Parts: sequence; structure tokens; C-alpha cells
Amino acid sequence: MNKLNSKIPNGPLAGKWTNHKGKINLVSPSNKRNIDVIVVGTGLAGASASATLAELGYNVKSFCFQDSPRRAHSIAAQGGINAAKNYQGDGDSTYRLFYDTIKGGDYRSREANVYRLAEVSGNIIDQCVAQGVPFARDYGGLLDNRSFGGVQVSRTFYAKGQTGQQLLLGAYSAMNRQIARGKIKMYSRHEMMDVVIVKGKARGIIARNLVNGEIERHSAHAVVIASGGYGNIFFLSTNAMGSNVSAAWKIHKKGAFFANPCFTQIHPTCIPVSGDYQSKLTLMSESLRNDGRIWVPKEKADAKLIREGKLSPVDIPEDKRDYYLERKYPAFGNLVPRDIASRAAKERCDNGYGVNKTGEAVYLDFSHAIIRYGEEKAKVSGLDSSDSKLVSKLGKEIVKQKYGNLFQMYEKIVDENPYELPMKIYPAVHYTMGGVWVDYNLMTSIPGCFAIGEANFSDHGANRLGASALMQGLADGYFVLPYTIGDYLSNEISTGEISTDLPEFDKSEKEISAKLKKLISNKGEKSVDFYHKKLGKIMWNKCGMSRNEKDLKSAIKEIKELREDFHKNVKIPGGLNEFNEQLAKATRVSDFLELGELFAIDALERNESCGGHFREEFQTDDGEAIRDDKKFKFVSAWEYNDDPSKPILHKEDLEYEDIEIKTRSYK
Amino acid sequence: MALSGLFLVVFLTQHFLINVTSVFSEDIFNKLSHFMGTNPLVQFVLQPILIFGVIFHFVMGFYLEILNAKSRKNNYSKFSGGSNSSWISRNMIFSGGVILVFLIIHFIDFWIPEMNYKYVEALPEDPNRYFEELVHKFESPLKTAIYSFSFIFLALHLLHGFSSSFKTVGVDSKYYNLIQKGTFLFSVIIPAGFVFIAIFHNLTA
Amino acid sequence: MKLYLKIWRQTNTDSNGSFQNYEIDEITPDMSFLEMMDVLNEKLIMEGIDPVAFDHDCREGICGSCSLFINGRAHGPDTGITTCQLHMRKFQDGDSIVIEPFRASSFPVIKDLVVDRKSFDRIQHAGGYISINTSGNTQDANTIPIRKEDADNAFDAATCIGCGACVATCKNASAMLFVSAKVSQFSYLPQGQVEAKDRVLNMVKQMDEEGFGNCTNTGACEVECPKGISIKNIARMNKEFLKAKL
Repeated sequence: MNKLNSKIPNGPLAGKWTNHKGKINLVSPSNKRNIDVIVVGTGLAGASASATLAELGYNVKSFCFQDSPRRAHSIAAQGGINAAKNYQGDGDSTYRLFYDTIKGGDYRSREANVYRLAEVSGNIIDQCVAQGVPFARDYGGLLDNRSFGGVQVSRTFYAKGQTGQQLLLGAYSAMNRQIARGKIKMYSRHEMMDVVIVKGKARGIIARNLVNGEIERHSAHAVVIASGGYGNIFFLSTNAMGSNVSAAWKIHKKGAFFANPCFTQIHPTCIPVSGDYQSKLTLMSESLRNDGRIWVPKEKADAKLIREGKLSPVDIPEDKRDYYLERKYPAFGNLVPRDIASRAAKERCDNGYGVNKTGEAVYLDFSHAIIRYGEEKAKVSGLDSSDSKLVSKLGKEIVKQKYGNLFQMYEKIVDENPYELPMKIYPAVHYTMGGVWVDYNLMTSIPGCFAIGEANFSDHGANRLGASALMQGLADGYFVLPYTIGDYLSNEISTGEISTDLPEFDKSEKEISAKLKKLISNKGEKSVDFYHKKLGKIMWNKCGMSRNEKDLKSAIKEIKELREDFHKNVKIPGGLNEFNEQLAKATRVSDFLELGELFAIDALERNESCGGHFREEFQTDDGEAIRDDKKFKFVSAWEYNDDPSKPILHKEDLEYEDIEIKTRSYK
Repeated sequence: MALSGLFLVVFLTQHFLINVTSVFSEDIFNKLSHFMGTNPLVQFVLQPILIFGVIFHFVMGFYLEILNAKSRKNNYSKFSGGSNSSWISRNMIFSGGVILVFLIIHFIDFWIPEMNYKYVEALPEDPNRYFEELVHKFESPLKTAIYSFSFIFLALHLLHGFSSSFKTVGVDSKYYNLIQKGTFLFSVIIPAGFVFIAIFHNLTA
Repeated sequence: MKLYLKIWRQTNTDSNGSFQNYEIDEITPDMSFLEMMDVLNEKLIMEGIDPVAFDHDCREGICGSCSLFINGRAHGPDTGITTCQLHMRKFQDGDSIVIEPFRASSFPVIKDLVVDRKSFDRIQHAGGYISINTSGNTQDANTIPIRKEDADNAFDAATCIGCGACVATCKNASAMLFVSAKVSQFSYLPQGQVEAKDRVLNMVKQMDEEGFGNCTNTGACEVECPKGISIKNIARMNKEFLKAKL
């Protein structure tokens, strides 16, 4: 029997969510007061869920490893948030957002979930504006929109280059209101170490206080995991240093299925790696592709000269430049979805056209945009539009208004002026579409344990469109989970307070303590970072932008060996009962070392190319992905089976009733 | 701080306007001084307010300085204050201290003899004595030097304090730049004027 | 590059800290300051010495975690950046670098260079929000037009990342720039008007209770603020405060 029940409501697609909401069970206000909910993570999903659940009347305990909930990595999202408001009157609608998301995800996401996401998207904007989120506005005082990769309408709302930060501060402020009311208890600098399951239901967590190392027990009637994605498995990614998979992995090991782990998004516009010491990669908003044109030299010889520092890109004439995205994908040009743009960059660099020292960079050029904007501005202001100096000056001003903070950031890091020289960019790991498997109610395969935001396997299929992560996080937290969790909790109204003295808590705490003790007393000789970097190299080289059977098989073997070596040879300084960053890092890396193997197993299993998962064996002659809908139109949900090397695969078939499955083409 | 500071700025302006008359007209100066020295409203209402204002300003200044020091119990071993703020703004307590010392001297010099003259010994009022007394004070080059030196610190104190007090009372965007410029002019012209008066009388005496 | 580091080491909040000297080699100008710290820590771990604890997370200048006081300046010798955005090219071979935690009585040291900035959170709890329910039944986002200028001003104030550089660099350890950024953001928006009075009074009260110093308008905060938040916001908060009081 299939263990997966996605619990998609019956009825026509457009009415599913409304009907479902109308029919599910509710918890009365007086009962909500007696129900506790734990939320792990305070990013957009976690913060919005905490605030909303507390507002509804539940007692919420919120956990984050950062020193303040406001620092969760959602803040780093720059570009924007999608919503099907159709304020621009350019033909947008719930259906179109739904359609774009499914298509962008290469038909590997659950239709009903995506439709719901599109449906509630508009509400998010209303909510955020009411909270005082300062979205960009036009001169008429109404909200402004921009367009983003992979779609043909302008539906992205933004707050300069800080959309994630502003949205999170909105959710954080909603949390603050509930903290002040005493409805949320905030535990910052706390790390979830395990989920506690009592009689088959999630009943609490074991957490470690990162300041003094104390192990704490926390009970609740439901546990919500909102701990984000696992991109840091690659060591170098655009994720924060602390971003980790541990919470999600802990519930996986206790029975929650992990879905599509190999679906990783590699973001095309990041600042290239500059050296071995590098600790993380910096992303620059995809919105740059609205005005920037991506190119490499047409001649390999020119590329070589550039790499050697003997030629400047501005000296390469137009006819010697290869605007390869515009050449290959004329309909979408530089605005093709992220996976396609990333792969195209890799393809050019692999073939010897890369333009920095390491040969892994392409140009993102604003010189045309500067001229275009400059001429327009000169005409509007009644100035001489044939004066190239003036045009350039005016154009730069406009580009500065639009992307000033990004340009400044680039200049600080690279030490080159992007107004004069084209930017150098290269793809980097950015987002993970895979994650904990959840049903339509966002509940994992452990009853009472929910997963929201990037932590779940989400609505993005095999590839996420730009500005959709913020949308999903907030949709889950503000508008989906608060309803669906009630359906589960309605059965818990007479449970009463859950004791943390239960034997299950005891057992779990003892296991955690023993594990930590073992780690800290290990007399090894290599640092945690040594292993993390090594794992990252394996992942990037063999499970990165393109994958093949041989590499994946060797990756599986290497990761397993590395994991065994880690437990033998890792060296962790300091003690257990103190602030010990190395110890915290070690527990996270130890989980990555287990996930890595599942990741590669999943990628090996999926014999097709779709979205962010590109298998070299499955491509057309001109390098386009070949998707296999007959064999692989399903979600791979992996069950943990005592050994990270022996997961059990469950398949959730994806059915599309309201959308015709097509080969994704952006030509 | 800001309100008492602004009040003192008003007083300073008034004081300057009266003093400056001594440069060109002995008669006007005497008349104004006589009025200020004998008008009961000035003497028994404004003067106590002024004294209160001065005391309030420096007592509060010291009190806040102590409070502020408490908000950082462990100091930095290296602090490059000069890289992000002016010396003046960080050392208001110092410039204020110098001004306070000056005020004490000034009190001993002018105010105590004046009070003594009027209320203790209750000597008969001579409406023409003020100018002579003023000139007499500036005969000594040393006193003129101390006087001038103190006014340099007053200028520094004002350069930061005047515009700062507007920020404290909540004047934001609209007049912000105007106030910055006004502060600069005021802080240079008024103390320079006082110094000019002092030197003028020293040289012409 | 070879560098001489003088770093504050402190075991926990209750212990007395002291400076320790370290020498470090093979630093390249393209490294970020925190990557230099990584290299140092890697070396210390190998030598069996407890690595230097410091807060950091996003490493792209937005989360506000990193908090070092470097050679007498919050976030080091550059303006408009956080420590993670500081690059070693700002230093010379053979330089001595003094690294201290952000110091303020309201920011107790947790370990080495890590400080506790919960006081900032508590100020936000006191009123850093608009009391709107998250039910989704709010009016359409475009119902109330907001002047672009006001929206831009609100945004500029809202860019605060809560790093605490303003407090660290202020000679009075005042948190006025931080508090005013939030008050000012809401004061520009119609949504913020309803609770304006209570907000400013409560947030200022909490700020004072936390033991932050008073603002004397030295302007150091706006120079060191990684997001360039203007000191004008402080004036604006003062206005809001006086309006609420009168």
C-alpha cells in the first residue's frame, strides 16, 4: 500500500482551497488557549506562522539559532515577491501565476498546492502593506511592480534590493506584538536537536541552548518545522553560514519522508569565487537581468587574453561578443528561468569562454542599459541626446537609482567599478526545492509535525521562479498552516498539557547528550570546516549543475567514506556546556553528511533532466533537457531506514487536471 | 538640555546686542544697562529665570554625562572617535566646563560687584557708571585674553550645541540644512563679536 | 599579508576578559575580514586553542549579526558596510589590528566578541509594530495611496538591520538611531498613525530602561551605520515624542 496520502481535496481546482477551508475542523477560542505549538525557525514562514498562530490564540514557542528572530536568512532575499494582483493590467491572474509556477517548476510540483499558493498570493501583499512594509511605489502613490525571470508579466512587488528584509521585519513585528502579549515565547540562540514522538505523534522537541550548552525539553501539541533549505550542503552557497538541514533531517530520521532532495536551484547571478578561503557566495538580485545583458567573447583567444589580464572587456567590439542567452532563447533572452541561465553559463565556461582568473565567470553588462536610459532621460529633459558623455552620465544615474545598492555591494567585494566595467557573474547554489514531504495540509508523514516554507518540498517542483520563495514562505505561514493545523489540533483539545517527564523525552535527551559527548571527546585532527569543505567539493563537482551516473555513484561512495572519517577524525575544541560554535557546526555538518548521500541517491534514481536537475545522459543534441513524464512524473519521497545509505523510495504520482503538460521551452 | 540651551542662546544674543552698543555709543550702552539693571521685571523675574537656566543647563549636562558614561561601563581600548564625529560634538562637557569656569570669573567680575553695589551696600544709582565699569574691566590684557579664550570655547560649544538642540526638539527635514548654516554663522559671529568688544575696549582704553 | 592581531577574549558574561595577541600569515587582500578570522580560527583549532567566538551569519551585509569593533571603529575602517563586507585590502602588510566586541552596558558580552543584543528585541516588543491582525482580511493594498516621497523615506528608515553599530560607536552608547529608525518608518506611513503616540512613548521608555545612553547628536552613528540611516530620523522621533507628550 502506498504510504503517501497527499489528501488533496476533491472538486474543481479553483474551488479546492475554499471548500477545504469551509469543511475542516476548527478549534474554539477557549480550547486554543490550552494548546501549545512549537515553531522551529523564524524566517518568513516561521515568523508569519508563529505570529498568526499566536494571534489565533495558541500558545506558541518559537525557536531560532540566531541571536534574534529578525536575522533569519529570509532577509537576504533581494528582488521581490510575486502576487497575482494584476495591478499593471498586463493580463496577470491567479491562473497565470499558477501556470507559470507549474511550468517554471518543470511539471514536478503538486497542482493543488500551487493553485492555492497563487490564490492567496494577493492577500500577502495586502497583509504586508497593512503591517507597514514599505514597498516601492510609483508617483501616483500606488504599488510598483517589476518583471522577473521566466514570466511575461510584471507581478513582482519589491522594496528596493531589500524585499526579504522588509517582509521579514513585517513578520517579525507581528511576532513582536504577540511576544509583548505573552502569546509567543521566543527562544533565540537555541538549536533544535530532535523531535520527540509520543504514541506516533510529534509531542515536542529537544533543544540546545547555544549560549550555555544546556539541553532543554519542550513539549507541544504540534511541531512546525520552518528551518529553511539545505543549500549549505555545498559549503559554498548563497545561504547564511548557519543555515542548516538539521531540524528537517531530525524529523526525517524519526519518520518524516524527505522529498526530491536532488532538486537544487543554482542561481545565475552571483559573484564568482575568488579563492580557496572563500566562505560563502554573494548573490545579486535576478532583477539585474532586466537591464543587464549576459555575454562572453565569441573567440576563445579573446577569453584567454581576458583571463590573463591582457585585454579589457570594454575593448571587445560588439561583433566579437556572444550574447549567448539572446542567441539561444530569443523569446525570453536574458530573462530565461534560473536553471537555464545557470546551465548556459556553465556550458560557455566549460568550453573555455570564461572571463575571470579561474575561468568561471561570464559578463553581465549594463552599458547598453546606461545608454538607453540616458537617451530617454535626455529626451524627456529636453537635453541633447547625441552628447554621449551626457547620455552616459544620465544613464548611470538611472541605473544607480534602480540597482545602486547592488552595484555598491559588487564594488565592495570585487573592487571593480560596475558602471565602467561589466560585472562578472557565475552561478551559485541558492535554494533547495526539495525538502520534507508534506500533504495538502502541510503535515509531514509524522502526525502533528508540519513543515512550511523552504523546509518542505514545496510548490516549486524542479525549479523555482524568481520572487516565489518569499511568496511561498508567507503563504504557508500566514494563510495556509494556521487553517490546516486547526484540523489536526481539533483532535487534541482534550489532551491537556504534555509532560516533559515522559519516557520518550528522557530517551531522546539521553541520545542527544550521548551524541554530543561523543563528538566533543573525539580526539581527531581535522576541523569541522575541513569536512564541510570536502563535502561541498564532492557535491558541487558531482551533484551540481549537471550530473551523470558515474559521478553520482562515486559521490555516494565518497560521501559515505567522508562521513565515516568525520566521526573518527573530527576535532572539536572547547566543552559541552558553553558557547561552542564548532560543536554546533559539527552537529549540522554531521547531518549534511547524511543528507548528501540521499541527495546523490535521489539524483541517480531520477533518470531524466528536469528543472534544476540536469542529467548529462538525458539531453538533446543542442544541450536542452529531456524530461521523462512517462517514468518520472512523480515526487520521490524517501523514508529513512536506520541507515542513511538505505533509504526507501515512495512515489507520489503527480496529476495535472487543469494544465496541459508541455515541454518547457523558452525559445 | 536643548530647551535650556536654546534659552541661553536667546539670552546670549540679547547680551551681545547690548554689549555691542558700547563700541559705538557710550550713551546707548549706559541707558540699556541702566534699564536692565534697575527694571524690576528684569531684575526679579528674568534674572532668576536666567540663573536657573544656567544652573539647570550645566547641572543637567553633568548629570547626563555621568548617566551616559554608565551606559558603557567597560571602555574600548581603542576608540577612533575622530573618524566619524567632530571633536567638538564629543567634548561638549569640556567646552561647557571651560565656559562654566568663565562664568564663575564673570560672576565674580561683574555680577557680584553689581549685586553688592545695588542690594548689599545699596549705593545710589548712577545711570552713567556702566560704561566706565565695562572699560575698566578690559584694561588688563590678561583679563581680555582669558575673556577671549573662553569665547573660543563658547564658539565651539555653540557650533555643535545650537544645531543639536534643534534636532533634540524635533526639527527634521524641512529646515535641517538651514539650521546647520545658521548655527555656523551664529556660533562664529556672536563669540567673535564679544571678543571684538573686549579687544576694542582694551585697545581704546 | 602578515598581520598582528590583538583580540578580546572572554570566557563568558561573568568572567573578566583580556586581550590576547595573535600573528597571522598568508592573508590575501581579496579575503573578507571574517574570512581572515576563519583562517585564524582554523589555525587555533589545529594548535588546540579555543577559537575566537564572533557572531556572523549571512556574510553579505544584511542580517546584522556581525558586530566587531576594529581598530576603534564599529565594523572597521570603512563606511556603509558591515564587518563581513570589510575586505583585507583595507589593511596593509604588517598592520596591527585591535578587535574588540561592541561595548555597551546593554550589550553584555556572551563570549569573546559575541554580545547579547536582546535589548534591541525588547525595544521592538514595546511597540515596533502595527497592531493589525494577520487574518488576511485586510483591505486591498492599493486602497490607500502613499506619496512616493513618504514611501521612500519610510523605506530608508526601515533599512535598519539592527546590528548595533550605532550603539557601539556612540560615545554615549545611545540607541536613538535604532529606535528612531522604526518610529520614523511608521511615522511616514498612514498605517502607523493610529498607534503613533503609544509607540514612541513605549519604545523610548523601554530604551531608557535598557540602560542605553542619551543622544548628543554627535552624528557618529549615521557615519558608521551600514545602511546609512540618517540622524534626521532621530530628530523626527524627537518630534513624535514631543507631540505625544504634549
